[in-house]
Formats: sequence, C-alpha cells, structure tokens
Amino acid sequence: MDSVLFIVGLIAAMLRVATPLIYGTLGELFSERAGVLNLGIEGTMFLGAFTGFAVAATTGSLWLGLLGAILAGILAGLLMSLLSVRLGVNQHVAGLGITLLATGISLFAFRVIFGESKVPPSIESFPMLQILPDTNPLAPITNQYLLTFIGIALIPLVWWIISKTRFGLQIRAVGENPEAADAAGLNVYAIRTRALAIGGALMAVGGAFLTLAQLGSFTFGIVAGRGWVCIALIIFANWHAVNVLWGALIFGGVQALQLRLQTQGIKLPYELFLSLPYVVTIIALTIAGRNASAPSALLKAYRRE
Amino acid sequence: MHAVEMKGIVKRFADLVASDHVDFNLEKGEIHALLGENGAGKTTLMRILYGLYTADEGQIIINEKPVVIHSPKDAIKNGIGMVTQHFTLVPTLTVAENMVLGETAGITLNLPALEKKVAEASEKFGIPVKPQALIKHLSVGERQRVEILKALYHDANVLILDEPTAVLVPQEVDMLFEALTRLQKSGLSVIFISHHLNEVMQICQKVTVLRDGKLAGTVNVADTNLKELANMMVGRENFGVKRQGQRERGNLELKIENICASDKKGLPALKDVSLDVHQGEILGLAGVSGNGQTELSAVLCGMHKITSGKIFAGDVDLSHATTSDVCAAGVGRIPEDRHANMVGELSVAENLILDQMNNFVKNGIMDYAKIQKNAEELIKSFNIKASAGDRVRTLSGGNMQKVMLARTLSQNPRIVIASQPTRGLDVGATDYVRTVLLEQRDRGAAVLLLSEDLEEIMALSDRIAVIYGGRIMGILPAHEATAEKLGLMMAGSAA
Ligand SMILES: Nc1ncnc2c1ncn2[C@@H]1O[C@H](COP(=O)(O)OP(=O)(O)O)[C@@H](O)[C@H]1O
Ligand SMILES: [Mg+2]
Repeated sequence: MDSVLFIVGLIAAMLRVATPLIYGTLGELFSERAGVLNLGIEGTMFLGAFTGFAVAATTGSLWLGLLGAILAGILAGLLMSLLSVRLGVNQHVAGLGITLLATGISLFAFRVIFGESKVPPSIESFPMLQILPDTNPLAPITNQYLLTFIGIALIPLVWWIISKTRFGLQIRAVGENPEAADAAGLNVYAIRTRALAIGGALMAVGGAFLTLAQLGSFTFGIVAGRGWVCIALIIFANWHAVNVLWGALIFGGVQALQLRLQTQGIKLPYELFLSLPYVVTIIALTIAGRNASAPSALLKAYRRE
Repeated sequence: MHAVEMKGIVKRFADLVASDHVDFNLEKGEIHALLGENGAGKTTLMRILYGLYTADEGQIIINEKPVVIHSPKDAIKNGIGMVTQHFTLVPTLTVAENMVLGETAGITLNLPALEKKVAEASEKFGIPVKPQALIKHLSVGERQRVEILKALYHDANVLILDEPTAVLVPQEVDMLFEALTRLQKSGLSVIFISHHLNEVMQICQKVTVLRDGKLAGTVNVADTNLKELANMMVGRENFGVKRQGQRERGNLELKIENICASDKKGLPALKDVSLDVHQGEILGLAGVSGNGQTELSAVLCGMHKITSGKIFAGDVDLSHATTSDVCAAGVGRIPEDRHANMVGELSVAENLILDQMNNFVKNGIMDYAKIQKNAEELIKSFNIKASAGDRVRTLSGGNMQKVMLARTLSQNPRIVIASQPTRGLDVGATDYVRTVLLEQRDRGAAVLLLSEDLEEIMALSDRIAVIYGGRIMGILPAHEATAEKLGLMMAGSAA
C-alpha cells in the first residue's frame, strides 16, 4: 500500500512539475520552428509569473491575472521579433537581453507595487479540479489544476497547427528556408513575428502557472532556470510537439523523485539529489540529441537587399 | 507589345554598381536571353524584376503599365515567376506543399486536394512532378521542374530562368528546351539567363548582353553569330584555354583503390571508387553536382574518413592520413569552397602561409619580413590584384582563387587536387586558372580535376572519368569523350 501511495504521489507531482515546462517548451517550439532561438524564455516566464501575480493580486481575479500574463508574454515576443527579426540583431544577444530586461522590470515593478514586506504577499490560487472524490486512491493523479490539463491538451493542438494548417506550413517554411518562403511571396518577417508572439504568450502562461496555480505567491527565484530546461527539452524533443510531452514528463518525474528521495533519510548530500534532474537531462540529451536536426534557418536573420 | 520593360535600372551594393542604367525589353511570347559573364549583373537585374532586390533607380513597366515591385508577392501578382539559380524550395516539405506555400486562403491545408491540383497542373503544362515527394529526395533536375511548375501554377506569363542549364546533364537540357519551346507556343514569355553562347543561339530569339553591370546591346539571334556575341560579352573575340596535343604520361603518382565513404548523414557517398593519376596528366572527373565529388575531394584532402579502400601518393599510404600528412606527402589542394579555406579577416600575406607556417618561423616567432617577401613574390607571379596587407575578405572571387592557387602551387606539389577551381569566376580569371592547371601538368604534376563544368573538363583533361551516385561510371581518353557520351554517363548509364 505504501508503494502505491508513493507512486501515485510521484505521478501527481510529475504532472505538476511538467506543466510549466510543457508551456515553455511549446512556446519555444513556435519560435524555433520559425527560425528564431528565443533565449528570452527564462525572462518571459519570469515576467509571466510576475504579471499574472500582480494583476491577480490587484484586481482579485485570477483569470485577469492569466490574461495579463499572456499579454506581457506577447509583448516580450514582439520585442524579440523587433530585435532579432526586424533589426537582425544576433539571436543570442537579443534573447539574453530580453531575459535580463524582463527579469529586471519584473523585480522593479514588484518592489514598486508590493514594497519590501517581511511576509511575501500571497493570493488565493486556482483550485485543483475535483475529478475523483478525495477518497479515491487515484485522486492525487486526476485532481490537477485546469492549466495542467490545458497544457497537455495543447500538445496535440500545437502538433496539428504546425503540421496541418497553412500557418504551420508557413512557420516551417520560414524556419527551414526563408529565401524560399520569400520567393514564394510570403512575408517572412510577419510570420516569424506571429510565431514569436504566440511563443511568448505560451512561455508567460508557463510562468504564470507557478504563481497563479502552484504557489499562490511570487518569489525572486520562482522560475529557477525552467526556461533553460525548456531550451534543452526542445532539442530532446527534436522540435516535435508530441515529444515535448515525454521530455517534460521525464524531467518532471526525476524532479518529483529526487524531492521524495531527499526525505527518505538517505545519507547523501542533498545537492546530489537536486542535481539529479539536470544530470538525467544531460544524459537524455546526449542520447536523443545525436539525431536531432534543428530547423535549418535557426539563428539566421533574414535579409533582403 | 512589351510584356516587360525595365528602364534605367541602377543597383548599387556599397561601392559596386551591379546594374548601371540598364534597359531591358521583353516582347510577349519570346524567349529572350540575358547573356553575360559571371558577375555581369544578370542575376541582379532579374532579382530586381522579381522583387528580391529593390532598385536604387529606374522604372519597371509591365503590360504597358508602370508598376512598383517591393517583393516577390508583387511580382507574382504581376504574372512574373522566377526560378533562381539556387533553388528556393524548402527541402523538408513536399512538392505540393512547396507549390502552395505562397497562398494564404483558408486555415487548414487539404493536402490530398492540393496534391490533386498540383498533379492536374503538372499534366496541363506537361511538366512531370511527383506531388507527394519530399524535395530533399529529388534530383536537381526534378527540383528545377518543380520550380518551373510552381511559377506556372501561379499563373506566370513571364518566366525567368537563372542559369537553368548549369545544373543539368545534356539530356536534361534537351528536355528543358523542349518544354520551353512548347510553353512559348502557348504564349509564355521567357527570360533565359546564361553564359553559354551555344544555348542562347539554340533556343532564344533575342539576346540582351550585359558586361560589368552595363548594357552591351540587344540583338536578334537571327542577325548575329557566336563571334559577335562573344565579343559583346567579354569585349574581345578570342577566349578559352585548351590543352594542346598529346603528352607522354609518366609514372603512377596518385592511386585510389576501391575506396568507400559515407556522407555527413551516414549514407554511402563513395562506392568502390578507383582512379589512377599519372605524372604529367590531368584526369578530369565529370559529374552532376552532388554525386560524391565533395566527399571524394574531402577524402583526398584528409578531411573525411574512408570506410574501406586504399589511397597512395607515390608509395606513401594516405588511406587514413590527416591533413598535415597529406601536405607532407606533396599533395596540393585547391578546395571547392575557397571561403572555407581562407581566413577572411587575415591579410593576403598571412593567408599565403597558412598551411606552411613552420617555414616562416624564426626562434618561435613569426618572421614577418620573410612572410611579406613571400607574399610580394607570389602576388607578382600569380598576378593577384591586391597588396600583401589587404584582408582576403575584401578580394574578388577571382583574386581570392589566385591566392589559393599561389599558396598551393608555390610549394610545387607532386599531386594537385583541384575541386571546382573556376566556379563563380569571370572569364578572365577562369582562363588564368586553367592556364595554371595546364602549367602544372606540363611541369609533371599529377592533376585530378573535379568539375561540374563539362566544357572545362573536356578542354583540360587527358582522360575523363565520370562519377554518378558515388560510383565511377567509366574512364575515357580525351579523344574518345564526346559531350553526348559523357552526358549519358553523367545521367547514370555505364560506358
Ligand atoms: N547581395 C549582394 N551583395 C553584394 N554584392 C552583390 C550582391 N549580389 C550581387 N553582388 C555583386 O554584383 C555583381 C553582379 O552579380 P550578379 O548579378 O550575381 O552577376 P551574374 O548573375 O551576371 O553572374 C557581382 O560583382 C556580385 O559580386
Ligand atoms: Mg548569376
């Protein structure tokens, strides 16, 4: 019975940990399939976490908070587009710049709005859905946040958009061969801009999940490198939406496992456990990444004379 | 009636005037050649018409109406289609997906319906394509057909073809010409970019010649001849370098025995390739681009591993040699991609010693006086139009290639591997490079010449081998090798 409890708890935690990674990686997927590496992801998730929290705290509406996060994410995506697509700034530089900027603005605005209180401000966060009664042993798995279910449902949706719609075809074309897309009469800039805006929105929702659902409060370390994990996951996923799920679940599973191992009284430095998900990510990447093939035009700004 | 008029077109790239007040008129229903050497500005002019470049000055008139073309979208709207020199297809998409890329109607793609439409268009225009095939699996000739059909599918009535024959074997060229003549009869106007005089005489009715970005003239094909066109094109009548007479060949110098190698993706690229090159001969290796030439040249330069087989330079075994072993064995390399083999930010003098730095070191320090002297001598003897301190990045293609030749050949190699040595060079530089290669042969070096330019192969080689799909299809002595025989072999039939 104990081991059943353990496994149920593990799976439940795995899904919670995986949720922001699914949003972040799907967001990055849109950007990268269109040919833009968006290293602004870490900052955009942070901005989403903050904006969601701040709007929810001031208006009292979690949904307005989520909407605010989405808008902030779109803005961050548009800024990335302005820099890397329109102005042709090196994508690494533009992305890291956005991460620094978005993080700085969020921290500043947080101080302005909430001051320097001893107790961190908190909000009443989204409740978990009650799909099974609490007495059911499987309830911890099924009773998750709505955003988790939406995130999982987004995976087939994103797959469908990328592979079956006209917009998806255009994204793939500008990400693989912008010259060809241009010669075919497509507006490369506009398509990349749209992809970045959608990507930014998804990343911000990933961040907002942390404040609006999982934690109900905002701390400076809230995103804690999840954006960078998404950058690794997208390589693991070989730029395919469906694989994003497996990557996020593996990382989430190991993360959930290491948290439980820490409390098992095993006599090892806890840092070892903390590093476990990253070690597993690196191993998974080296195995899966060997055959990974990035969109051909990734990192290349498109210019026409 | 004019289908297209271009008036006073000017296009500058920084200091370079690539198009200098050029006028160009296309009549409805004609095949009109745009002739000129490499760098004459043919591509630039047509990229302006197709909206890929924006002109600095000038006017475009289509069907008697002035138009502004900002992008290919505008051009397509005006009934213009272009098949660019480097195809603009997305390799990871299918033929049908590439065809409909520019359309914007509808959210979802009904691929089966689109494939059917593409198949119908293919039927209607008589240009066979496979709608469901991925572009990356198609041959160059097939890709070109997709590009042409793509333009026609979007209702082009003016079709621009940028050097369409450069990538084709002779038989495919015939097929292309047949299709163009047929389409012309149904009212299509064609702009045919080329630097091959014979082709122009064969299928065009009118020729506009460009030289150094300027209009050299427009003439009717019926009223002109090869000599006049050549004269207009290069400003002189005699050009072309040719191997003179037979020569006794010497000892076996480079021996390639049954080598196999894979390409970057791990697919077999070289299959059981064997070649002998003797002292004092040029062995030409003909073939359409992408049939293993790149891999063979990389293998011989020590940059790519073989999976089986042997390579000998004299009696030195180079089968698993590193680049420095190859140099030490006296193999001189003129690589396919000169940009990748020079450091653009370094000076001409520095690039000239890049692969023999040890000869220019004194007490562990670079001996710049000696480097400078070496550069000045080579600049003089190889006729490089640059000074020793210029950064290589700023040199024209021809001068860059001369630096490459100077670096390699000043070391008097026993074996010379020359890959596509004249690709992208103008006629003057091409002649120069060919002369130098012939000098190497006469000096007694064993020269392996890999080239996609069949004329070049035929002009220089003592013997000609043909590679297709990574296999040697046969080797012919020069006097037996006709363009037709070689063309068949290049298309995959054995000698
Ligand atoms: N995008 C560009 N940037 C700078 N220079 C260019 C560019 N495109 C062409 N040129 C230069 O313009 C000249 C004409 O080139 P091009 O039109 O390609 O000649 P052609 O097609 O006749 O061989 C060349 O000297 C070439 O180097
Ligand atoms: Mg050209």
